[in-house]
Parts: sequence; structure tokens; C-alpha cells
Amino acid sequence: MPRYGYLVMLLFTMAGSWWLEWAFKLRVLRRIGFTLMTILPISAFFVLWDWIAIHSGHWDFDYSQTLGLELAFGLPLEEYLFFIIIPLAIILTYEGVTRLKPQWRDRHNEERAS
Amino acid sequence: MTYTEITSLALIIVVLVDIFVFKTSMLTTRGFWASYAIVLPFQLLTNWWLTSNEIVSYSPDTIIGLRIAGAPIEDLLFGFAMMVGFLSFWVYRNERRAAIASASR
Repeated sequence: MPRYGYLVMLLFTMAGSWWLEWAFKLRVLRRIGFTLMTILPISAFFVLWDWIAIHSGHWDFDYSQTLGLELAFGLPLEEYLFFIIIPLAIILTYEGVTRLKPQWRDRHNEERAS
Repeated sequence: MTYTEITSLALIIVVLVDIFVFKTSMLTTRGFWASYAIVLPFQLLTNWWLTSNEIVSYSPDTIIGLRIAGAPIEDLLFGFAMMVGFLSFWVYRNERRAAIASASR
């Protein structure tokens, strides 16, 4: 099933991170609109970078290991999903960590007295 | 520009935006580094999957050639820049939303 090579990695990332939403009641996926509005502008920056890198010949995809759907800029569907699934995993991890340790949100210059 | 150069440049931009635009200074929080410690092994694993199966392949001319678990060192910088970029804007938006909510109370 080589066509699913890239997709398998994305599904693995989802399985490894989405459970945090329910385990810690994080409201990251529940407020998916707010979350996506946060992810997509930053993703646009990284997709642009991705596109420049591919057109400069820095790297290339093996399209036989993707579903075969090419979207804008010649990037496979999976590459766009990557820039949604990975940020979701990052945010879920950070929210999970800071749910357990709320004081770990504090920045160095404004640490709490306690 | 090589992948090494563009990645270094983008990482610098992301960190400057974190500090001066969103003013979130993610790199000074324990939450960021604890999250990175959790994410990094998964990045190495998924990166290894993509590179060892040659789902993504790199031109040898544009990377310095140092590889960790099959993936070029530049990918680690890319992943780190993603951590900083997404978490900075996430924290910025959540804090602004909380500030608006408390101001309208």
C-alpha cells in the first residue's frame, strides 16, 4: 500500500495527540474554528517556505506514496494536511502540559511570586 | 539559497516575531521546552518514516549532510521553528481573547 505512505504518518500523529483533548478536557478540538483560525495564517507562512524549497530543488515528494491529489503550488494533499495535523499535535501537547502545570505558561520576566 | 540558509533565516524570523510582534517570548517558558521534549521524539520518528521510505527526498547540494535518524539536521530546525511559530500565535490569540473577555465584563 505505498499510496498510503505519507497518510499513515499523519494518522499516526493524530492518534498520538488527539486523545489529549478528551483525557485533559482541553477544548482545542472543541473550539476547532478558533483553533484553525490560529493555525492557518502561520501555516500559510510555512507552506510558502515549503513551496520555495521545492522550487529551489531542496527536496521533492515521491508522489507514488501519496494519494495522488495535487493541490495548489503542486503540493500533494498530504502536505497541506501536514500543516494542520502537526500544529494541532503541537498545540494539544502544549495545552496538555500546561493543564498539568499551569505555572509553566509563565514567561521568565513575569514569573509568579509563589 | 540552500535549505540550510533558508531554514536558518526562517527560524530567526520566527523567533523575532515571537519576541517583538506577538510578545509571547515562548522560549522563556517551561511549557514550551517541556512540550518540545515531548514532540521531538515523535518528530524524529515521523521524519525517519518519511525519509527512510523516501516519501520526501533531499537534494544533497542544499543540505550540510549531517543527518539524525535519517533526516537532515535542517529538518530539526524546521520542526523547532514550527513549534515556536504555532505556539507563539496560539498563546497570543488566547491571551488577547482572554483580555477582551475580561474588559467587556
